[in-house]
Amino acid sequence: MTTPAIVLPAAHRDVDARWFDWVGTVDHKRIGLLYLWTALFFFLVGGCEALLVRLQLAVPHATLLSPDAYNQLFTMHGTTMIFLVVMPTLAGFANYLVPLMIGASDVAFPRLNALAYWLFPLGGFLLHFSWLAGGAPNVGWFSYAPLSETPFTGVAHGADYWAISLVVLGVGTVAGAINLIATILALRAPGMTMQRVPLFVWMVFVNSFLTVLALPALTASCVLLLVDRLFSAHLFLPSAGGSALMWQHFFWSFGHPEVYIMALPAFGMISEVVPVFSRKPIFGYAFVAASTVAIAVLSFGVWAHHMFAVGLGRVAEAVFAASSLLIAVPTGIKIFSWVATMWGGAIRLTTAMLFAVAFLIQFVIGGLSGVTFAVVPIDWQVTDTYYVVAHFHYVLFGGTAFGVMAALYYWFPKMTGRLLDERVGRLHFWLMVVGFNLTFFVQHFLGLLGMPRRVYTYPDLPYWAALNMVSTVGAFVLGVSSLVLLFNVLRSLKVGEIAGDNPWNAWTLEWAAASPPPEHNFDALPPVHSRRPLWDLAHPDAPDSRVGADETADAPRPSAAKVAVLSFIASETAFFALLIVAYAFYTATSREGPSPHTSLDPVRTGLFTLALIASSFTLRRAEADHDARRTRRSVGWLVATIILGVVFLVGQGTEYERLFRNGITVQTNLFATTFFTLTGFHGLHVLVGLIALAVVLVLALLGELTGRLAYGLRSVAYYWHFVDVVWIVVFSVVYVRGAL
Amino acid sequence: MTGVSEGLTRQPMLEGLPVGSESPFSPGSPFAAPIAHLFQITLVVCAVIGIGVTLAIGYSLVAFRSRDGVEPVQRTGNVTLEVIWTAVPIAIVLGLFVLSIETMTRSDPAADRAPDLVVVGHQWWWEVRYPCGVVSANEIHVPAGAPLLVRLESADVIHDFWVPQLARKMDAIPGHPNLFWMSADVAGSYGGTCAEFCGTQHAWMRLLVIAQSRPEFDAWQTAQLAPALAPAAGAAARGERTFRDEACGNCHTIAGRGFEGRVAPDLTHLESRGTLAAGATDDTREDLTAWLRDPHAVKPGCHMPDFKLSEAKVDDLVAYLGELR
Repeated sequence: MTTPAIVLPAAHRDVDARWFDWVGTVDHKRIGLLYLWTALFFFLVGGCEALLVRLQLAVPHATLLSPDAYNQLFTMHGTTMIFLVVMPTLAGFANYLVPLMIGASDVAFPRLNALAYWLFPLGGFLLHFSWLAGGAPNVGWFSYAPLSETPFTGVAHGADYWAISLVVLGVGTVAGAINLIATILALRAPGMTMQRVPLFVWMVFVNSFLTVLALPALTASCVLLLVDRLFSAHLFLPSAGGSALMWQHFFWSFGHPEVYIMALPAFGMISEVVPVFSRKPIFGYAFVAASTVAIAVLSFGVWAHHMFAVGLGRVAEAVFAASSLLIAVPTGIKIFSWVATMWGGAIRLTTAMLFAVAFLIQFVIGGLSGVTFAVVPIDWQVTDTYYVVAHFHYVLFGGTAFGVMAALYYWFPKMTGRLLDERVGRLHFWLMVVGFNLTFFVQHFLGLLGMPRRVYTYPDLPYWAALNMVSTVGAFVLGVSSLVLLFNVLRSLKVGEIAGDNPWNAWTLEWAAASPPPEHNFDALPPVHSRRPLWDLAHPDAPDSRVGADETADAPRPSAAKVAVLSFIASETAFFALLIVAYAFYTATSREGPSPHTSLDPVRTGLFTLALIASSFTLRRAEADHDARRTRRSVGWLVATIILGVVFLVGQGTEYERLFRNGITVQTNLFATTFFTLTGFHGLHVLVGLIALAVVLVLALLGELTGRLAYGLRSVAYYWHFVDVVWIVVFSVVYVRGAL
Repeated sequence: MTGVSEGLTRQPMLEGLPVGSESPFSPGSPFAAPIAHLFQITLVVCAVIGIGVTLAIGYSLVAFRSRDGVEPVQRTGNVTLEVIWTAVPIAIVLGLFVLSIETMTRSDPAADRAPDLVVVGHQWWWEVRYPCGVVSANEIHVPAGAPLLVRLESADVIHDFWVPQLARKMDAIPGHPNLFWMSADVAGSYGGTCAEFCGTQHAWMRLLVIAQSRPEFDAWQTAQLAPALAPAAGAAARGERTFRDEACGNCHTIAGRGFEGRVAPDLTHLESRGTLAAGATDDTREDLTAWLRDPHAVKPGCHMPDFKLSEAKVDDLVAYLGELR
């Protein structure tokens, strides 16, 4: 056991907490636990959906479920597990641990954190309400068009609930990611340079950038699908001139980064667990950290490997083959580093370490099967078969979920003050390993024997029945393992062995807090000179070598508000980028009906554009006067900005009115659809900006733009300038280019 | 319900021919064989890496267990090793990339002529059209040994044509026709299926490619070109009247009898095929009767309405359709 040279505050007990303390909490630890408990609930829901699926598939020609019920179940299983289980679980761990690991007392924006959490149960409720409202979505978790369009879904609204709930969930996810970026950059304790952060923090950091840029692509895609479905447009309906393939491009530009969003935090968890139970630091921290960035960057360049069978053309296929093969390399670096960490160590096979070892082997299997997909001709045989079902379950379940189990057994004592039972843990582990591999290993063979995915039943071809039965048995073993998990968690909460602050003799800052930590986390922190502050504390004669330069107590940190608003702008850039691409593509392919040339008036719109541009200048004046404490003049410039913004909106409104009078609406043709969507969302952003400016105006008048709110005007100004820049791009692409 | 293979044995022309195992690993075509070959190479590479990593982990678990709390040497890394395990994988994936491109060229050469076959995916059946005018459904007769260029289209949503032994899979995308090559080295029947989720009955959108010797294929084509003959008197004639009265011809074609619907499978030579409803059921008298009684009992959610025909009408229709060889 360590003998810390600092006094730790007393362990915090939640016995006095009432339910509304949880509902109204802004404490990152409580919010983290809320994420985890809610995700556990949805895990049981998604798991039951999976068991029903496997029951139906146990024998050929089964009639347990109708095809439509089956299709709803597998769609909901995938959507639930991805958006309501894996992502919130990782967010929950990140929320709980990141501030502790960097020596902070909470995240940068605790109330935003709470909002981000509550959007999760709201989105989950919206999605599952579809069961009662005419049927759950039944078009697969990626809703390929035109199957997801109204001519094929009929009167059912499942796909609408799917799209709307994903928009809601996406907003929460991005808000959470922005908060984490701001927290990690702005709230690190002195001495905790970016080179010294625990790898979990680093991976969450990189992952948050991925999230900020990828989730808006999903939001934009869902918006476009909803415009098609609810407003009778036909962006993705080939029969009306739209493009089914564009849905795939749009979706997978989110969908591929998404799978790394689901993997990176788990990599971070493993990077914490394996070193502690090997009693050695992570092998090759720098390469592991750099490989994380490589994965993030490359992940935006591989999306079309989900489309190798659509007939993209040899050149595109070759490019995406190259990038997809390349992205295996940084992941391999991590695996080798983790194994090298174990090598030469003093391994303690706790339950957490068991799960970490299983992660390593299973993720290698899943990663290698992924490499086979990057070999395009192999993909031409095995895509859309059970081989791919096996692959993604190996990486997401055998990988991420097992990583989460390792994290749970490792950090449960920190979160609750009690250890999970090790003996029950071993039972849990073995049931889960056996169940998982039984369920999914055989699915590789099913795919290689010709069984396609997403089928409610199958013919009695050789070995199909036997392998499916094995898989079903395995699924039920997994189900039992989940019950053991639940039992271990609930029982250990009550009577688990008291853990103390550092039961594992670990080295990162969260272990310098009590178990569980009090609301403010720390009273005092050990000095941070390396990546393992608690090792240094316990081994004053053999500390880790100093990493980089030390910092003084008042080491400068970026402004949290600035980082947050710039991250937000990045997310909005991704959102508008997709809408602009949609506009450019569809207007070029729109052969009949109104065109930018015939229906738009760039000169008239140019006048209103000038008003919007002028508003940026008046806002700059307002900022300058505010900085110089000339409040009255600042307020005056703010009023001018608002007026100019209103002028722009009125101008856009009159333009819309003119178009409507000429019979040009969102459904008229592909140009009109994307024109109204793009300019409409821009107008919405202007409106939100005006509201924000009004709020800032009132705060300035009341003299309350000080202290924590001092940055308020600057944040809103960044946003407003961004909205202007977007309009300049839109104006150029839509009006100027259209008129030529 | 019996499988496709049993259904086939009822057709004398196919008796004794091997039924394929529908696996990419039993290729029967010069377009599928290179893929199987590359797959084997890739699997060996992956197995070596996977087994190597597993052995290293296994060895560590045995050789490096904790003893009496002794802390091991706190090694933080080895740049040379890390560079090696970055460079070697890059070399491996580069090799795989080169092999991929080469295999892609061999298994999916550029299209250089008009298609030999047009296949149109529908919810939930396959329309097959030959340049000579033959139209069929779900079963594709081809001459063995000849490379065939297939033009793949869709009438509604995205489907995917996959006969693993004979060719790569290719999506059938509405508004975006695709071309791919297929061939069968030896005569036989090769199973396949739709491999892109396309709605309620995606599971029963199966395919059968029947490769025949040239003379047999030509004979088949000639037979398929012949229009249907007038039905025999009695039940079959009554069946045709029912077929007309119930407006079956709005969806189904029976060449020569005035029925020209194109929305559903062509029935002119229905009895020359081994299965019904794209593999959902066989084509025995009992199966056809059950189908006509209520298609949704056989293939729930299919687009054929349940006409709630009387038993007499069903029997007549079965008699009529049974003559369509």
